[in-house]
Amino acid sequence: MNTETLLKVNHLKAYIPSSKGEIKPVNDISFSIKKGEIVALVGESGSGKSVSSLSIMGLNAGAIKYRPDSSILFEGQDLLKLKEKELRKIRGNDIAMIFQDPMSSLNPVHPIGRQIAESIVLHKKVSYKEAKKTALDLLNKVGIPDAERRLNDYPHQLSGGMRQRAMIAIALACNPKLLIADEPTTALDVTIQSQILNLLRDLQKEFGISILLITHDLGVVAETADRVLVMYCGQIVEEGTVEEIFENPQHPYTKGLMDSIPSLYGPSKEILDAIPGVVPNPLELPNGCNFVTRCAFATEKCYEVSPVLEKHSSGTRVSCWNPLTKEALSENDRESAVIVT
Amino acid sequence: MFLKFLLRRLLYVIPMLLITTLIVFSLILLIPGDPVLAMLGDSATHEKVEELRRQLGLDQPVMLQYFHWLNNAIHGDLGRSIFTGQLVDEALMQTLFVTMQLVVVGMIFSIVGGLFFAITSIYFPNSWMDYVARFFGTLGTAIPNFLVAMVLIIFFSLKLNWVPATGFTSIVHEPVSFLQQIILPGFSLSLAGIAVITRHLRSSLMETMDADYVRTAYSKGVSRYQAIFKHSLQNAMLPVVTTIGLLFGTMLGATVVVETIFAIPGMGQLVVNAIGQRDFTIVQGVVLVMIVMVIVINFITDIVYALLDPRIEY
Repeated sequence: MNTETLLKVNHLKAYIPSSKGEIKPVNDISFSIKKGEIVALVGESGSGKSVSSLSIMGLNAGAIKYRPDSSILFEGQDLLKLKEKELRKIRGNDIAMIFQDPMSSLNPVHPIGRQIAESIVLHKKVSYKEAKKTALDLLNKVGIPDAERRLNDYPHQLSGGMRQRAMIAIALACNPKLLIADEPTTALDVTIQSQILNLLRDLQKEFGISILLITHDLGVVAETADRVLVMYCGQIVEEGTVEEIFENPQHPYTKGLMDSIPSLYGPSKEILDAIPGVVPNPLELPNGCNFVTRCAFATEKCYEVSPVLEKHSSGTRVSCWNPLTKEALSENDRESAVIVT
Repeated sequence: MFLKFLLRRLLYVIPMLLITTLIVFSLILLIPGDPVLAMLGDSATHEKVEELRRQLGLDQPVMLQYFHWLNNAIHGDLGRSIFTGQLVDEALMQTLFVTMQLVVVGMIFSIVGGLFFAITSIYFPNSWMDYVARFFGTLGTAIPNFLVAMVLIIFFSLKLNWVPATGFTSIVHEPVSFLQQIILPGFSLSLAGIAVITRHLRSSLMETMDADYVRTAYSKGVSRYQAIFKHSLQNAMLPVVTTIGLLFGTMLGATVVVETIFAIPGMGQLVVNAIGQRDFTIVQGVVLVMIVMVIVINFITDIVYALLDPRIEY
């Protein structure tokens, strides 16, 4: 794998000034994506994963501001400092995005061929006719049967899976270096989900693009990603390779997310282990660790001092005062008589 | 498929015409006053009144009168004016073209003005343009058209003397004086329309600008201008097309007032005079034409809708 860094997010801090105080949807996160790497950003709703990804695209709502020391370096260029006009040249060309709901993310009044070609005409010096030809190739590539006819179809004439394939075709139109996939399979059937994930992985192999995969579904992560970032309350709480995270989740939150997946193997659980409590109100975050109110392992220190993301023995980064170890995990599992494979 | 839709549509028209003409026929009879007395004056003798009434067929039962009129109308004979004896279709032809010119100008003003205000208001949110558009959107619906007409006449005709206060020249005779004379009535007719389209399109645009597919468009690298004109507007126009279609009917009704104020010899004036004289046949004729026009416009609205939205099939 290429080790060159494509995207580097440094101390990204996004905030929304409001009359009741400041809301910080993203509170100081740093990570990087290498060329050809698939990185998964995992978290619950409201953890800040969508705001993070939209920051890269420069597509956040106007109310969201960034602290001056935040930077998002894409091939060395700070995207946060770019003017709208310069950003437009990057959007859809170098960085493309696919969205959660293919039902509403395609324009209902334009044929899909036109929607793909639009992207090409915007960035490449080609005629509309040539762009249409490229669009046809793309539809074939993303596995839409009878592509020639589909080119003139409107989104409502396509099934959900086909629409998401068309969305991917739009995103790939200009051979982007980075593809941001914001919950690309959430709105789809399970069978279609794995098809789309396979497609993304195949395309990544074929074109060598980097993918930032945003999801709350750890199953999706296990199937697709190389590296995982776990987000909670606008911060990254754990980072590691897929193997590391799945074998040895060190943050209690990551562990909680794992436990809430129904297991296909081993004895089936009658009740899934849910993480107790709810995500805290962004205006009333606890003093110490953000997760402290829901954590079973919290100590006094956790209530007072916020942990920082630190590199731990295994090579993963985790932001926790009492990271779980493999031994502690198995012991804990025995206690609760729950077997997690 | 489309032909089937067309035929089904035409079938709807028949009961609609029957019901509306019957309603109008009965409504006129409910208004106090007698066309015969209006023609002969108060001093006419009883015999003379009876005789004229028989001549005009007004002594027959109402239902019979209606069926008589209906039968003739189906055969293309709308009868003669009770008052002047002029053929009704002739009177309609003379005035319809005048009214159509006025309404078309009013519609053009409304659509162009409405689109302009709504789009600038969305393109420059919270700018002074936005506030002007919002203020206008409320003001336009609140001010009655006769008041607008009179203020316009006082200001532009009497004070500034830019355009004549009243009168009408057909566009086919003298386009220049047509334009001069149509501006004030056209504007008074369209003020409410501009306001309605501005408000409706503005809120519709606000919704579509936040739609997922517009975000997709931005993610492709389109500018704000392209996002509005290529992605948002066509979707936002869908509900507004219905409003524009309805506006046509409202405007047709409003010509009655505007034509009277600006002394335009159109159908509005024709029907106002006819009602005053209890001239049933003219009133019936005008109503018939107006209904047909509204039905035609509804039909055009449906076609435009299908053109804008590929999801609609007939």
